[in-house]
Amino acid sequence: MNIPGIKVLRSKDFTSQIIKAINDTSKEISKPVKFMHVCGTHEHTMSKYGLRTLLPKEIEILSGPGCPVCICPSADIDKAIKLGSRDDTIITTFGDMIRVPATSISLAELKAKGADVRIVYGPNNAVKIAKENPDKEVIFFAIGFETTVPLIGYELQSNPPSNFSVICAHKLIPAALELLISQSQLRIDGFISPGHVSTIIGLKPYEIFSLGYRIPNVVSGFEPNDVLLSILMLLKQVRDKKYDSLNEYSRVVKPEGNLIAQKIITDVFQPVSSPWRGIGRVLDGGLVIREKYQEFDAEKKFDIKIEMSQDIPPGCSCHLIMVGKLYPYECSLFRKECTPINPIGPCMVSMEGTCSIYYRYHSE
Amino acid sequence: MSEKKRNLNVIRLAHGAGGLLQEELIDFITKDIPYKNVNNGIGVEELDDGATIPLERYDKEIVVTADGHTIYPLFFPGGDLGTLSVCGTVNDLIMMGARPIALTSIIIIEEGIEFEKLEKIVKSMNAKALEANIAIIAGDTKVMPKGTLNEMIIATTGIGIKDKKIRILDKNLKIGDKIIVTGSIGDHGTALMASREGLNISTDLKSDISLLHEIYSSLKFEINNNFIHAMKDPTRGGLAAVLNDWAIKSNVSILVDEEKIPIKKQVTAICDMLGLDPYNIACEGRALIAVDPAYSKDVLDKLKLTEIGKNSKLIGEVKVDHPKKVFLNTIVGGTRFVDMPLGEPIPRIC
Repeated sequence: MNIPGIKVLRSKDFTSQIIKAINDTSKEISKPVKFMHVCGTHEHTMSKYGLRTLLPKEIEILSGPGCPVCICPSADIDKAIKLGSRDDTIITTFGDMIRVPATSISLAELKAKGADVRIVYGPNNAVKIAKENPDKEVIFFAIGFETTVPLIGYELQSNPPSNFSVICAHKLIPAALELLISQSQLRIDGFISPGHVSTIIGLKPYEIFSLGYRIPNVVSGFEPNDVLLSILMLLKQVRDKKYDSLNEYSRVVKPEGNLIAQKIITDVFQPVSSPWRGIGRVLDGGLVIREKYQEFDAEKKFDIKIEMSQDIPPGCSCHLIMVGKLYPYECSLFRKECTPINPIGPCMVSMEGTCSIYYRYHSE
Repeated sequence: MSEKKRNLNVIRLAHGAGGLLQEELIDFITKDIPYKNVNNGIGVEELDDGATIPLERYDKEIVVTADGHTIYPLFFPGGDLGTLSVCGTVNDLIMMGARPIALTSIIIIEEGIEFEKLEKIVKSMNAKALEANIAIIAGDTKVMPKGTLNEMIIATTGIGIKDKKIRILDKNLKIGDKIIVTGSIGDHGTALMASREGLNISTDLKSDISLLHEIYSSLKFEINNNFIHAMKDPTRGGLAAVLNDWAIKSNVSILVDEEKIPIKKQVTAICDMLGLDPYNIACEGRALIAVDPAYSKDVLDKLKLTEIGKNSKLIGEVKVDHPKKVFLNTIVGGTRFVDMPLGEPIPRIC
């Protein structure tokens, strides 16, 4: 496997050059600046490479709601748990999802009690399991942003077996960003936008931030020097009072995005107002399966209803951490009652959750 | 029911994958054992690689280790369950500074397994025992009804001997000690993950599984004179688990330099793709060595002359600040904390 330019993107010499430019530009701006990323993988890069320890103190990088596992509402997990409790079902989902506590238990606990819950690396594996187990109902618990949606869409378009169905808990990123800007008192000076999502949706959905809200944003890759370059690109815009949508990740992200994937999304799914764990209902923030594929919609197939669910347990600050209003160590439960062994809120469960990343990489 | 109690309600897979959950499980099992050591030798409470039974009136002691071996798939790139059970046992003895003498083996087999598979595994055990010059002196066999066990497990006891005065222990690190790793890390776990169903990663990456007896013979002088303070093979939980374990038990901090840690390109690429940290991934043929700084160059030179340790690198040192914590200077020059890994590494979503 060969990733082009990987050496440059992790080169210490290049890092020092970028840091020098960041320091110089920062001095030309007379106030502290706050940038927000909305992607767990960006936080991962920030923390794993210790990038905050390289930045001047005037630059604050906030972690936004960018982890698909964290923002998946309890009610959706409760649905998977309810279906997984039946004798004739196999629940399949992505790795971290099984550990997230829902209203009463997690899928991992359901599995330990004997239910057939399997981790898959992609929905194609779930379809394969369905073909191999014709006497079982195989349900794929589908979470994730625009990056993962086309994969599930493609499976539904490709005539999966009739014992396969999907709990659709997909969310859409741009709508949530807009809600964040319009609601919060954060005064964010710029967005580091998610590279993976942008590979699919392209740059157009971000125009609203520069045109409507006058907030610069840069689509960023995930290597340490990608993120630092994006910070520099934002910083220069702040200095020059510009509000453009720029693309640092141009080696992967095309301005128009992936048109084939976009077509699959539009064909199979329909945007709806949708709840985000810790954030609330987001207008056009989620997706449902369109009527022509409804035979594969597990919610319709099994008519599951969840009466009451609890997203944020008492004392947990995940809802404030997810929107950058608190740092994990400002939550009274962090590292005390709430640890990766005993996660109380969703941000501590997922490897891409802000609390979990801070627990692993920051010693405060 | 409190959160803590709820977690102890059932055993989850993550309880067996090294890291904090496993510590919790071991504590749960061992806390009420009435006698935890023999003649004040190293006992179960040390949670080290093995135990010692000091022989009265002699300057030697017997070293005993116990290990259960399971692996999926049974045959993997670079080895199989048989290779794993002998290497794992012998390596644990060596990591205590002992000369391996013998092992016992219990093979538990699921009904329906082909003789051909068993034959391959037994052959691998014998080949590794010959290579390590160690006898297999006792054993037991059980066959379990189909479905009550996944294919096969092997449980071994390793028996070795060492001088009483040799103290190679997790709690024995001293400020200023240099940390050496004997080769690239993460090969075993990554090769296994890549070979598992559903990932379809084609790679020539092999498990690093091997015997570490060459390390013992090349470092005899430093071992016998207690210049080596700790040694450990980073199996489950990988490099991060060993360094954290040492830092906690020795009440010191450890600073390692990411640039110096040998990692194969394939391991970096696969781990990046799956969102895994190579520092948390198991090795089966590497050792981490904490050595007195005055002898670190000698040790490194001697290791480099061996086949198993030819890619040895000095990767860090033991510090006094922030005791019980491990820090990493990252490849781009930042600094971060390295945590004790938690549970089994799970590939991420996007």
